[in-house]
Amino acid sequence: MASTVQFDLVSPERRLASFPATEVQIPGAMGDLTAMEGHAATITSLRPGLLKVVGTDGLKAYVVTGGFAEISATGVSVLAEQAVPLSELTPAQLDALVADACEAAAVNPDKDAADKAVADLYAMRAQAGI
Amino acid sequence: MPSLKDLKNRIGSVKNTRKITKAMQMVAAAKLRRAQEAAEAARPFAERMTAVMSALAAGVGTGEGAPKLLAGNGRDQVHLLVVMTSERGLCGGFNSSIVKLARTRANELAAAGKTVKILTVGKKGREQLRRDWGNAFVGHVDLGEVKRVGYANAQSIAREVMAAFEAGEADVVTIFYNRFQSVISQIPTEQQVIPAKFEGTATTALYDYEPSEEAILADLLPRGVATQIFTALLENGASEQGARMSAMDNATRNAGDMINKLTIQYNRSRQAAITKELIEIISGAEAL
Repeated sequence: MASTVQFDLVSPERRLASFPATEVQIPGAMGDLTAMEGHAATITSLRPGLLKVVGTDGLKAYVVTGGFAEISATGVSVLAEQAVPLSELTPAQLDALVADACEAAAVNPDKDAADKAVADLYAMRAQAGI
Repeated sequence: MPSLKDLKNRIGSVKNTRKITKAMQMVAAAKLRRAQEAAEAARPFAERMTAVMSALAAGVGTGEGAPKLLAGNGRDQVHLLVVMTSERGLCGGFNSSIVKLARTRANELAAAGKTVKILTVGKKGREQLRRDWGNAFVGHVDLGEVKRVGYANAQSIAREVMAAFEAGEADVVTIFYNRFQSVISQIPTEQQVIPAKFEGTATTALYDYEPSEEAILADLLPRGVATQIFTALLENGASEQGARMSAMDNATRNAGDMINKLTIQYNRSRQAAITKELIEIISGAEAL
C-alpha cells in the first residue's frame, strides 16, 4: 500500500473533509501541483479549479474558488474560500459562481486577475464536464 | 389593599409572563447549541489562517513596501469602530456591555483628538449609540433578515470596511463584539483588524512560497479581515443566545417568586374576608 498524507479541506464555515490520501492534486495559482508524502513544505495560493484527492477509497474531487494550501511532508491542508464536492455541484451553482466572478470582474480594478478568475472557472467547467 | 379579583388577575398575568419567558429560554437554548456548533466548525479555518498569516507577516515585516492592510497607511487619525450587536432585545446585558466598551473607547479617542467613525451591525447597538454618537455613524449593516450568519455576510462587511480604508476614510479599524465564554459569561472584546495585528510569536517554519511570500500575503490579508469578522459574528451569535438564555432563566425564576408572593397575599386576603364575615354573623347573633 502506498504511503499516505493527512488531507484536510476546510472552508470558513465548516470542515469538509479529513482523511488520509495518497495524492492530492491542487490547482495552484502558478499551475497545478500534486502533493504526495514527503513533499517539500510549501504554501501556495489557489486559483478557481478542481481539487482532486486520491484517498484509500478512490478519487474524490472538489470545486474550490480560492484560498490557499499548506503542504508539509506529512499533511496537506487546503483552506478554501468556497468548496463544494464535485458530486454535489449542480450546473445552477456553477453558473452562480461564474456570475459572481463576472460581477467581481466588472468592478475589479485589476482587470487581468479578474478575467483570469473567470477564465479559470470556464476551464474548470469544461474539465468537470458539466 | 387590592381586591381579591385584582390579585387573581395579577397572578394570572404573571403566570402568562412566566410561560413566555420559559418558552424563550428553551428556544434560546436550542439556538445556542446551533450557534456554538457553527462557531466551533469555523474554528479550524480561522486558526490555520491566523497561523499562516502571522508566519507570513513576520517574514515580510512592516517595512517599506509591505501591504497596507498589514502595515497601515501611516496615519492613525481616523478610527472606524465596527460595533456588532444583536437585532433583538431581551438578552440581558449583552448589547449594553458591547456598547459600553465601544463608547468608552470612542470617548478616549475623541479626547485624544482623533476622529471617530462608527459602523453598526445589528440595530440594538445603533439605538443605544444614537444619542451620543449619532453624528459619527457612517453606515449600518442590517442582519435582521439573515436567519443564519454565513461567510458571505462577513465578506460584505469586510468589503465595506476595506473600501473605507482604501479610500482613506479610515486609518484604523477596530471591531467590537462579545466573545463567548460560557452561558453566563460573555466577554466584550475589541479587536483591531486593520492594520492587522497578530498575537503571540509566529512559528517560523520553513516553507516554499508560490507565487511569493508578498503575493500570498496580499491575497490573504483581505480574506483574513473577512475571517476575523466572521469569527466575531459567530461568537456574537453564540453569546447573544447564551445571554438571552440566562436572562430568561432569571426572568422565569423571578416570575415564580412573584407568583408565590402574590398567592400568599391572595390567600391571606381571602382568609381575612372569611373571618370578617364570620365575626359579623356571630356578633349579629349575639346581639339578638
